[in-house]
Amino acid sequence: MTLKRGSVAIVGAAESDLGQVVPETSPQDLMAQATLRALDDCGLKLSDVDGVFAAASQLSMATVDVCEYLGIQPRYQDSTRIGGSAFMSLLAHAHLALQEGLCNVAVITYGSTQRSVTRAAASPRENVYYETTYRPRLPVSAYAMAASRHMAVYGTTREQIAEVAVSARKWALLNPRAWEKDPLSIEDVIRARPVSSPFTVRDCCLVNDGGGAIIVTTAERAKSLKKKPAYVLGVGECMSHRNISSMADFTVTGAAVSGPQAYKMAGLKASDVDVLGLYDAFTINPILFLEDLGFCPKGEGGRFVQGGRIAPGGELAVNTSGGGLSYCHPGMYGLMILIEQVRQIRGEAGQRQVKDCDVSLAHGNGGVLSTQCTAILGSQATV
Amino acid sequence: MATDTKAVSMEMNEIKTSPLATYIEYCRKGQLAFQVCTDDNTPVFFPRLVAPKSGSRNMEWRVSKGLGTVYATTTVTDVNKDKPAYNVCMIDLDEGYRMMSRVEDIPSDDVKVGMKVKLRMHPGNDKQPPYPVFVPATSGGSK
Repeated sequence: MTLKRGSVAIVGAAESDLGQVVPETSPQDLMAQATLRALDDCGLKLSDVDGVFAAASQLSMATVDVCEYLGIQPRYQDSTRIGGSAFMSLLAHAHLALQEGLCNVAVITYGSTQRSVTRAAASPRENVYYETTYRPRLPVSAYAMAASRHMAVYGTTREQIAEVAVSARKWALLNPRAWEKDPLSIEDVIRARPVSSPFTVRDCCLVNDGGGAIIVTTAERAKSLKKKPAYVLGVGECMSHRNISSMADFTVTGAAVSGPQAYKMAGLKASDVDVLGLYDAFTINPILFLEDLGFCPKGEGGRFVQGGRIAPGGELAVNTSGGGLSYCHPGMYGLMILIEQVRQIRGEAGQRQVKDCDVSLAHGNGGVLSTQCTAILGSQATV
Repeated sequence: MATDTKAVSMEMNEIKTSPLATYIEYCRKGQLAFQVCTDDNTPVFFPRLVAPKSGSRNMEWRVSKGLGTVYATTTVTDVNKDKPAYNVCMIDLDEGYRMMSRVEDIPSDDVKVGMKVKLRMHPGNDKQPPYPVFVPATSGGSK
């Protein structure tokens, strides 16, 4: 069975409440709120939904929770839980289910109250003797070590890495829904509270409440709905390791596998992409992903992001929402990337809208660079 | 007489000592152990029952010489701000496998990628069995 380019489309997309939600809100509340908003966005009803796809840090059986809350008996469901990239993976799985007629209207949703309940409560660490003994602060120490390796091998500088956070902040200042509201300089990033060197707290994603939902259906059904479809042109998935100790090369991620898979299916290459959403759990991530997804040669990512190249007004629009670093990071951030990439394709991104945007790439990361999933979306002009 | 079902069950089961228990046993003797798949001499770490990829059960324990190179490193600020920052790093052992550990004897910020290091078995405490840490290869004898 092969996934067919453009045979399904994201037709509805919405965030739930974000940032800090009111006391006693549950992840299920946020998933339900976002699902109904996403249905309103495309003009479909809850009774149209027959495929449910969900993952949540705080819920071990996320689709079961969603179905109970919303009273859905789905024809097809999938709770794949592989970290923050799960939503690009779920999109690929929904693609297959829709294409093969296992369901006709799929919702993919996420919700988290990790800011309200604390991150420790929302995402308890698993005990891995060979690592836990040394008390790494996970996930940050894993990414910090990847940064140390990139700096040593390729001469990537602290300032270059900090520029990723600065660029994200500039985008966030154009997004009314972004958590961060104040400008940020390279100096601010480097002088912030140290966490796990070379990273300070400003190299780390936010800890927010929040969630979202997207509605996916067949290309045929998409045509009659309210909003411009964002067609799924390509998807790719790669799992390379679970724990950082087992990552073969800290400077090469599974994006070097998932990216080419997605490009091949889409019949596109990096230079065809108009806007990128790269999972920026930490500042080193976009540098690694720009390399692995073919936007610059391996080792050049640090130099590539210098001088505002990925900031507003730069050559390449990356993380236009402000990213997990400055917009919203509710624990598993992948779905939030997909929502922004859909908005860019539709031309709904307001002040941060990329001109003539026909192809958007959403890249998800999970665990400690463990799972990498890429999705390429396209406008009507691409199908 | 009542049958000790737990003992019977453990007797019938195949795994007599877990990979982790064996690893810790070596640590208690002051040794860093790893496995080699004897089909193709591939070193394997973390310890496990079967070789990854091939699925071979021909796993043999070896004792490492304890010499290696820092592959990646970070200085971790303790969550409890009154406690000192500490090192967490990845060590590539000369035998061809990688493990998480830390380098002691020098400030964490002085631990560099590419630095040669050697094993020192940390004595642990009443809750933590002895575990391998590393010191610069140029450091003096064990404390």
